[in-house]
Amino acid sequence: MTDTAWIDAALTSARPQAVGALLRYFRNLDTAEEAYQNACLRALKSWPQNGPPRDPAAWLIMVGRNVAIDDIRRSKKQEALPEDEAISDLEDAEEQLAERLDGSHYRDDILRLLFICCHPDLPATQQIALALRIVSGLTVKQIARAFLVSEAAMEQRITRAKAKVADANVPFETPGAVERSERLTSVAAMIYLIFNEGYSASGDTAEIRAPLCEEAIRLARLLLRLFQSEPEIMGLTALLLIQHARAAARFDTDGAVILLDDQDRSLWNKALIAEGLALIDKAMRHRRSGPYQVQAAIAALHARAEKPEDTDWTQIDLLYGALEIMQPSPVVTLNRAVAVSKVRGPQAALDMIEPLEKRLSSYFHFFGVRGAFLMQLGRNDEARTAFDRAIALANTSAEAAHIRMHLDRLQRDSQPKGKKAGK
Amino acid sequence: MLYAILCYHDEDTVGSWTKEQDAAVMQKLSVVQDKLTQQGRLGPVARLLPTTAATTLRKEDPPLVLDGPFAETKEQLLGFYVVDCKNLDEALDVARDLGKANPGGAYEIRPVGHFTPGGVKP
Repeated sequence: MTDTAWIDAALTSARPQAVGALLRYFRNLDTAEEAYQNACLRALKSWPQNGPPRDPAAWLIMVGRNVAIDDIRRSKKQEALPEDEAISDLEDAEEQLAERLDGSHYRDDILRLLFICCHPDLPATQQIALALRIVSGLTVKQIARAFLVSEAAMEQRITRAKAKVADANVPFETPGAVERSERLTSVAAMIYLIFNEGYSASGDTAEIRAPLCEEAIRLARLLLRLFQSEPEIMGLTALLLIQHARAAARFDTDGAVILLDDQDRSLWNKALIAEGLALIDKAMRHRRSGPYQVQAAIAALHARAEKPEDTDWTQIDLLYGALEIMQPSPVVTLNRAVAVSKVRGPQAALDMIEPLEKRLSSYFHFFGVRGAFLMQLGRNDEARTAFDRAIALANTSAEAAHIRMHLDRLQRDSQPKGKKAGK
Repeated sequence: MLYAILCYHDEDTVGSWTKEQDAAVMQKLSVVQDKLTQQGRLGPVARLLPTTAATTLRKEDPPLVLDGPFAETKEQLLGFYVVDCKNLDEALDVARDLGKANPGGAYEIRPVGHFTPGGVKP
């Protein structure tokens, strides 16, 4: 690796820890960020000459803190700055500092940093933007690109979110067990949101937004390393890994969605799947099930099937049943119905989703799935009506294109048999 | 004499390689490995899954199962096994049996991502 590449990598991986600790010292996000930036500038000068410090995060915290304190003093008293060497020569000081900063401190620092981004008054998109800026350290330009908005608009969004967070008064004392667990739940939900921002992108923007999925996985792994015995964090990480493993197979060359059954499974990333499966295995030992673990287990059953017909739909149906109890939602029932259609046939599945129509009347997938069941039952006219409705509700051109494919198939199937045979 | 070569690296760095970068490194390594294989000198090669997938069994009485990698510094790495198991529970059972035979210290149990058995003739 070149000098700048390893320094970049070290700064990126030390960032959550360093900014989190600086935030604890200064209790102000802007000061903490500025202190971190200044420490990075010094690192760029010092590290290529002196080699990497033993603990980059501890180095950045120490230097960032010193520089910020000097700035505060200077602005108050106009005192002379200390010699640069006094700050750069950290051989012994670093060791002492590293000893003082024990693991549990780091843990709560990073959790707090993630947690302040989940302020309940912030809409989901602002939470995500703030986390990507503050915790991940992506530039405003990178975030704007992933959200497909202008840099100026994103800058404004982040500034507004920061102002709200500053007023929030998140306590800086070490959190108690209950509070820590609540924070962990909020943070996990936010990481899942970041992932979904990337994952739900349609074909034409999927490539631009894929970094959101990768960043979410990086944050999930970070969280798991801090909270090693939390089965739901294992479940969350496994879920993201297994879903992301299918990225290369999810869209065709025109950017249209390829459904699970039709994906080229040789394109799935085996290493990510293996890691996800190992994490689920670990999580199950705790016998403390939760929504992320159940969703990960469902994803795992798909990932384990080498061919679509090998899929264990009975087990998937049961897992969705468990998820319905933990997190009752018409969308979960809709997903369960797909499994039911495979196990008990399309009529049972259709009966299951009929009562949902009122609540899902503006949900694209509801009409797509309903149309598919009706088509399987040979009720083609009704299927066509459902598909038309789905197209009207589609959020992206890829979604619409996918439904149009079903309509084309209906068109083809309703033609005389002789014509079809020639195809 | 057989030598074990244990691989250490920053897993954040390795984990952030793209598929192409990863494949390029594996390709370069396979050149070295192939030469050793032809000479009949290469034993098993394993690539472990990240430490987040690790579980540790402290060989106390009764043995204590902890999530995460082995993180103490007062014990040293003295050996390793590669065992085929259906799942983590089965691997832990094996580790418990081994621990009964040789108490004290710990076993870190890590799923293996990539494995070639090799064929060394000492």
